[in-house]
Amino acid sequence: MKPRLLLWMVAVAVLVALPPLAIALGQTYYIDLVRRVLILSLAAISLNLILGYGGLVSFGHAAYLGIGAYSVGIMAFYGVASGWLQWPLAIGASALVALAIGAVSIRTSGIYFIMITLAFTQMLYYLGISLAEFGGDDGMRLKARSQFSGLIDLSDPVAFYYLALALMLLAVFITYKIVNSRFGMVLRAAKSNDARTRAVGFSPYPYRLAAFVIAGAMCGLAGALYANHTNYITPGLMSWQQSGDLMFMVILGGMASTAGPVLGTFALILIEELLKGWTEYWQVVLGPLLVLSVIFFKRGLAGMFYKPDA
Amino acid sequence: MTWGLVFEQLLNGLQYGVMLFLMAAGLTLVLGIMNMVNLAHGSLYMVGAYLAVALTGWTGNYFAGVALALLGTLLVGMAIEVVTLRTLYNRDHLDQVLATFGLILFFNELVSMIWGRGAQYASLPGWLQGHIDLFTGSRYPVYRVAILVVGLLVAILLWYVVTRTRLGMLVRAGASNRTMVGALGVNIKLLYTVVFGVGAALAGLAGLMAGPIYAVQPGMGELILIQVFVVIVIGGIGSVRGALVGAIVVGVVDTLGRAFLKPLLASVISPPAAEAAGPALASMLIYLLMALVLAVKPAGLFANR
Amino acid sequence: MLEVRALTKQFGALRASDGIDFDVAEGETHAVIGPNGAGKTTFISQLAGNLRPDSGRVRFAGADITALPAPRRARLGLARSFQITSVYPDFSVLHNVALAIQAHSGHSFRFWRDARSDPALIEPARKVLDNLGLGGRSDVLAVNLSHGEQRQLEVAIALATAPRLLLLDEPMAGMGIEESQRMIALLASLKRRHTIILVEHDMDAVFRLADRISVLVYGRVIATDTPERIRANEEVRRAYLGTEA
Repeated sequence: MKPRLLLWMVAVAVLVALPPLAIALGQTYYIDLVRRVLILSLAAISLNLILGYGGLVSFGHAAYLGIGAYSVGIMAFYGVASGWLQWPLAIGASALVALAIGAVSIRTSGIYFIMITLAFTQMLYYLGISLAEFGGDDGMRLKARSQFSGLIDLSDPVAFYYLALALMLLAVFITYKIVNSRFGMVLRAAKSNDARTRAVGFSPYPYRLAAFVIAGAMCGLAGALYANHTNYITPGLMSWQQSGDLMFMVILGGMASTAGPVLGTFALILIEELLKGWTEYWQVVLGPLLVLSVIFFKRGLAGMFYKPDA
Repeated sequence: MTWGLVFEQLLNGLQYGVMLFLMAAGLTLVLGIMNMVNLAHGSLYMVGAYLAVALTGWTGNYFAGVALALLGTLLVGMAIEVVTLRTLYNRDHLDQVLATFGLILFFNELVSMIWGRGAQYASLPGWLQGHIDLFTGSRYPVYRVAILVVGLLVAILLWYVVTRTRLGMLVRAGASNRTMVGALGVNIKLLYTVVFGVGAALAGLAGLMAGPIYAVQPGMGELILIQVFVVIVIGGIGSVRGALVGAIVVGVVDTLGRAFLKPLLASVISPPAAEAAGPALASMLIYLLMALVLAVKPAGLFANR
Repeated sequence: MLEVRALTKQFGALRASDGIDFDVAEGETHAVIGPNGAGKTTFISQLAGNLRPDSGRVRFAGADITALPAPRRARLGLARSFQITSVYPDFSVLHNVALAIQAHSGHSFRFWRDARSDPALIEPARKVLDNLGLGGRSDVLAVNLSHGEQRQLEVAIALATAPRLLLLDEPMAGMGIEESQRMIALLASLKRRHTIILVEHDMDAVFRLADRISVLVYGRVIATDTPERIRANEEVRRAYLGTEA
């Protein structure tokens, strides 16, 4: 069996065993913590598709976390608590917005692309703040958790945990298939050498746009999950800080690798938790740590475990 | 909605545009010449504001406070350049974004540690506190007029330096072709340092002028920074002229939009709907404008390359 | 096959292309030579679609392609190799070529099947590599190839798109004597099966391979003729060949 597959199986086994273990040890806090990591991993995996594999430095990816979360929240606000309706809307709305933003942004490149994606996300953030009905700046409480006709109860922390785990693994699998398909090859080629890709007969734009939409949709699902996890939805989910966090989760783990975003999310969240326990002003330590990691630690964690995908 | 009110808001828009210009001018040159994304530019704005508050209080003199704040911001800027940014000049944009993002976290938290997370009160000396009478009959704060004047002076000064001096020629050349300038034997490192320093000073100036009007609090830099990005995208990277035009346009559109979109909408659609849609739409205006400009001119209005 | 009329491209005060007229017949190998700065790469870029001319027309197999972007021209059968090596450094040699094959085998909006092991892409790629003598290096990352092998890979990628017209921009740039001879032999074997526009400084290659030669100086074609007559042409000797040939 390939060593990479073996590592994955071990990791999954550990994650599956965590809830019963945590309960037995009386440390149920960890179920919550790891569940948060799993949900954010889903977001990081989606960003890795366009950033790691596609080379699109999208500084506005948190927008879709917000759109997904607000889709769930707003529907619940108006009495529609069915997850069967909410979550597809979360995914669909995110995909649509990604299509709109991507169509304009992907025509640009380099510094422009970074600034434009950031600007559009900020626009959505301000939109979120200005919607006073939904709490404006303070955000709003989730009226009721998403209902799935009794199939799964999201207020059961363990059941929710396993759902998050399952969805994350599904995302890993889907991303793996996509990046190694014909579509994925063109996306990666366009990142590796844009001029050569055009010379060979591919116009990168439709491929990048499609990847952008897929990534947005996947992140929207993460947003829907996150709303249920925190029971509270704020515009801060769409802030540039959140976008930056997502990017670090991708980078720290190692870009353009399947395990990278998951490792990176675990690493960043664990570091944050450690620092938070140490001082109230943990960001004053985190900031320089992140700077140093960029300067010295280019390959990321996944780079320590195996060679890059080719 | 009287003409007097419109004119007043127009002045406010120009004043805001001037502040955006001070930030944008430095940033667009750094982007154009050094091909470097520096998110920490907003932190310099914040540092300027905080230093002005602290040093004015400490020295008891407005001018001393302002001068020292400018100097302090310049020093902080230099420190950032030497310690962090130098290693990033040859890295790709992603690395630059991430590293300067880390700097933002650091500075926001550092400022919180020293001054707390709440807003600081920035005071004005007596002679800047009054109002003047506009020809429209309404009264307008002296301080805002002062900002307009300062901004105009800086714009003229920059125009003079960029178009009429040798340094300016190097800056313009560097903005359109960096390698060429290096090949001509110019001391690139020194040029970079000067450009960055000027940018830092301008950001600090914008920050200390902003203090008395807007809130001095952690994170203030990033709020304006993103609008500065919009300015630069509209104006074109590397172009100071573009930064001026873009800044005025963004400043005026944003201010007028926030002031008048809701009442304008209310006259067309129902007031309750306008109540909800007005502020939402107003906050989105400049971004929609940016998208429109990009659709027509993908590299901005005055793109250099 | 290719017809260029009055092609003009100006960069500020510099006329990189100054009303160029140019023809290539099917099956012909037409070389473009000229001193440095003559505008050869600018010319090729306008043919390939990387640069838009200020005025003039380019017709390919009867169709006007002047306004078409590079990817569309490539899909019509115009393949280009770059003067400065432009391959995928982080892909293996095999996948470099497989991608070119993929560009011309149907649409690529397929999201599921693994393209890395797809025989429809891999088999043809191996054939192309074997023909070029790179078969033994298929699993090496392109960045780890020697300079000469990379230039060969450039040509392999161009060939993999099953082109009707090959635009080769200094394929032998930076090659040593032995490698150059190998490349000349390779290009000679391509002659009858492909139409080729060859930009080169290596006069040995040019005179051995070309059916016709156009001489470009300061953006203008000063002569288009068979190799022997070009060699004897006074103006050409003055402008470029000088003491050579």
